[in-house]
Amino acid sequence: MKRKKKYLWLSVLSVCAALGVWELVTDILQLMPSYMLPSPAAVVEAFIYKLTGGVNPDGATLWQHISTSLKIALGGYTAGVVIGVPLGIAMAWYKKVDLFVKPLFDLLRPVPPLAWIPLLILWFGIGYSAKVAVIFLSAMIACVVNSYAGIKQTRQVHIWVAQTFGASDLEILFRVAIPTAWPMIFTGLKTSLGSAWMALVAAELLASTSGLGYMIQMARQMGRADIIIVGMFVIGVIGSLMSGILDLLGKKFVHRGGSK
Amino acid sequence: MEPASQVILQCEHLSRSFRRPDGSMYQVLGDVSFSVHENEFLVLFGPGQCGKTTLLKLLAGLDRPDGGTVKMNGQPVAAPAPSRGVVYQTTALFPWMTVMGNVSFGPLAQGLSKEESRRRAQYFIDLVGLHGFENHYPNQLSGGMQQRVGIARAYCSNPQVLLMDEPFGHLDAQTRYMMEEELVRIWQEEKRTVIFVTNNIEEALYLADRLILLTDCPAVIRREYPIRLARPRDYVDPEFLHLRQEISRQMDPAQ
Ligand SMILES: Nc1ncnc2c1ncn2[C@@H]1O[C@H](COP(=O)(O)OP(=O)(O)OP(=O)(O)O)[C@@H](O)[C@H]1O
Ligand SMILES: [Mg+2]
Repeated sequence: MKRKKKYLWLSVLSVCAALGVWELVTDILQLMPSYMLPSPAAVVEAFIYKLTGGVNPDGATLWQHISTSLKIALGGYTAGVVIGVPLGIAMAWYKKVDLFVKPLFDLLRPVPPLAWIPLLILWFGIGYSAKVAVIFLSAMIACVVNSYAGIKQTRQVHIWVAQTFGASDLEILFRVAIPTAWPMIFTGLKTSLGSAWMALVAAELLASTSGLGYMIQMARQMGRADIIIVGMFVIGVIGSLMSGILDLLGKKFVHRGGSK
Repeated sequence: MEPASQVILQCEHLSRSFRRPDGSMYQVLGDVSFSVHENEFLVLFGPGQCGKTTLLKLLAGLDRPDGGTVKMNGQPVAAPAPSRGVVYQTTALFPWMTVMGNVSFGPLAQGLSKEESRRRAQYFIDLVGLHGFENHYPNQLSGGMQQRVGIARAYCSNPQVLLMDEPFGHLDAQTRYMMEEELVRIWQEEKRTVIFVTNNIEEALYLADRLILLTDCPAVIRREYPIRLARPRDYVDPEFLHLRQEISRQMDPAQ
């Protein structure tokens, strides 16, 4: 802990240096024209403008974009988790489910979720549903893979222990295999949240009428680099906020015993 | 100590082979037959890798023999059951459960109420000397304490037979002596039929009412010794040393 504090200045230094260089090439030396790289002050100004209800140049406030994006991301993510985790667990535990689902899954898995977008737009249009479906696919795949791997880590001797105590197959699944898999399942929840967020922004770049991805896409068309940078910043902050919240939840719910 | 006459577990002509990676078979258990009497402390003593764990798994019902039968109270053993508790060679505690959670797992799985399970678990936790450690996780305990939990857990589902597979094999000599002493105390307080596997002659002689000497792979019974030394036993008692010497001589492959 002390060590971390002692070297904090290094981290502060790198951020300051980056800001300094940015300021240098824009305001001071004017190496980059402002339509390509606006100065830090201009970006802050744009940020405050969007944050406080400015609707130009994309027709909506920052909060409206954030809310559209979050709704889609969390909707697709929740569906992906609710279906992906049990599916992964069932595949790992029941040979028949595995044999039935595995070929389909192996066929679909190498297709990047984004490659689904054109087909999904044909089916659902460019509204809410197509994007939710993309997020769902990308979240579900990570959940299945991690839950599957987690259940497969169950130790044979633990299964024997439960069997000698007369536990049923279902009891062994819930009281032995799932607790074993829990840290891995949780890793799946985290990775899939990250990939859901990335897939969302990409989907919004391609097909959207609002959302953070749409906002930066519009800003590009309007030549507003300041809004692009604001959008990128907000996307990054929300992404790390969400993964931070999951980390906190993880600390609370993932058992201590097996982690050390 | 004279074993009670009632036979509780009986195995006849047990054999087991495994397939090598190259496809050839090799026999681990030859033709093993013996019976265990109620409340007897039987030690199966054999060299490393001779098939002791394989034999114990057959007795537990965790594996099926290629030939022969295991019978408990006259009934063939077809699957693992709570009447045969097992203490494993490596720590087999659930790392995500506390000591209390581990020990009360058995009674809960058998459908006892939560309170009753906890009450029973507490009794056996106290019996193995872990009072105050109920809420510790296995990784917060020493190796010896972990095996105590393993013993408490096996006891807690009230088995008729306890199968112990070198439970003290990984402990240092000092802890091992202490655990052997503890095990005898626990067993005298809560009499059960115990089948205890070891490759340590001192341990075998310290614990056994009867000692079965297994040969190297494929394991068959070489000899049987009733051990009639009074308990608690003394490792340097002349009779103890005499038996130790005799059995060691039997073990010598040159013989
Ligand atoms: N499931 C299995 N498949 C293949 N070979 C096995 C299997 N189980 C045991 N063996 C082999 O059988 C032999 C005896 O194994 P076993 O574990 O019964 O010996 P052991 O006497 O318990 O050894 P140790 O003293 O090291 O505990 C070993 O060579 C082992 O590799
Ligand atoms: Mg063994």
